[in-house]
Amino acid sequence: MKEFRVTPIRNGTVIDHIDCGQALKVLRIIGINDSVQYTVSVLLHVPSKKDGWKDIIKVEDRELDAKEVDKISLIAPHATINIIRDFNVAEKFTVKMPEVAKGIVKCGNPNCITNMNEPVETEFVIESKDPTVLRCLYCDRIQENVADRLV
Amino acid sequence: MNFKGTDVVSIRDLSRKQIEHVMDLAEELVPYASGEKRTRVMDGKILANLFFEPSTRTRLSFESAMVRLGGRFIEIAQPQNSSIVKGETLADTIRMVDGYSDAIVLRHPHEGAARLAAKYSSKPVINAGDGAGQHPTQTILDLFTIRQQAGGIAGKKIVLVGDLKYGRTAHSLAEALGMFGADLTFVAPPVLQMPKDTISQLEKSGISPHLSSDLAEEVSDADVLYITRIQRERFPDPAEYNKVAGSYRVDRSLLRDAKKNLAILHPLPRVDEISPEVDNTENAKYFQQAFNGVPVRMALILLLLGGDL
Repeated sequence: MKEFRVTPIRNGTVIDHIDCGQALKVLRIIGINDSVQYTVSVLLHVPSKKDGWKDIIKVEDRELDAKEVDKISLIAPHATINIIRDFNVAEKFTVKMPEVAKGIVKCGNPNCITNMNEPVETEFVIESKDPTVLRCLYCDRIQENVADRLV
Repeated sequence: MNFKGTDVVSIRDLSRKQIEHVMDLAEELVPYASGEKRTRVMDGKILANLFFEPSTRTRLSFESAMVRLGGRFIEIAQPQNSSIVKGETLADTIRMVDGYSDAIVLRHPHEGAARLAAKYSSKPVINAGDGAGQHPTQTILDLFTIRQQAGGIAGKKIVLVGDLKYGRTAHSLAEALGMFGADLTFVAPPVLQMPKDTISQLEKSGISPHLSSDLAEEVSDADVLYITRIQRERFPDPAEYNKVAGSYRVDRSLLRDAKKNLAILHPLPRVDEISPEVDNTENAKYFQQAFNGVPVRMALILLLLGGDL
């Protein structure tokens, strides 16, 4: 019998094929903190046939919304989302980076108008998906370290 | 070519064909800009000039352009007297001004302000400079002046000199000149040389700019010398600033071996990068360049608001 390091979950979400080293950032995206009332399992540096090494997160009794999935796509573009219902994979898909990232990243230019209390959502054109390169639609700046500025 | 109702936020918003169209119309408008001919084509139209940062040439030339076209302007020239000081957002100011005018000209200290204004305004928005970002009407008037003075742009040796790293006008001008097939040389001290992503942008469009730090060597076969100011605050050591600034100063002795019809341009204001003795030479074209702001801005207003001469 195959031995599991982490047991299967009844209901919830498994985020698989997270780029190695990005799992803790994904936890931040999906808002895992001290006050959550469900179990979260995190596997770091797991061997993967496809990617060499990967991270995995299992969140019980919780499904992700579209904005969370978009954010994950920016830092883990190869991640797959498995929605588990009653121990079965009810849905499975690979995250897809949007053409325009709207309202999910803060612009890194402190002088950008979107950082000035204006009633406007940030917007970034995805110039390249691999590596991830974003350009602010407002100030035109190329963005670095996107993971640190996810909203 | 239809421009009516569009915004001019970045030079990248315009194609080469559109820029050429603006320049062709500007050429026709020169006699109107100088007052030699009269028109009332913009009669009854209002241009809103919103200047949240100091400006002399840009503001005055937009005002002059609208008046020369027979229109009128309203303005915020001293933001300390406006509701901005009460904490009003730019988005609200724009929605209000949208109801008072037919087109909006905006200069603002924050990058991206014009793009935001364009989003909130139903009227055309012209970016007159947003922080360290874009200043597309300056770029078009620079291209217009180069084309006028050098008899074309493609294949002409154009030397950009000075602070090419931080200078707002230098990046977008370089990209636009690349679009027109100019032979580009960038002269700057290594710390102020053109940013790598501007150079790689040019290389993608098939232009390989020549980089140098020796102005005297590059002047002799240049068609256009475009000077920008080296700012003192970029140098922690004043002695270093004086040394660098001194080696990029244009004076008569530098021009001794230059082509007879070399055109010297500068977006102004200048401090001491061009010696006053150069003003009286045939090569000094920077005041002509400042004048050209009027016909170029007239052309844009006319195209965005629609109307025939």
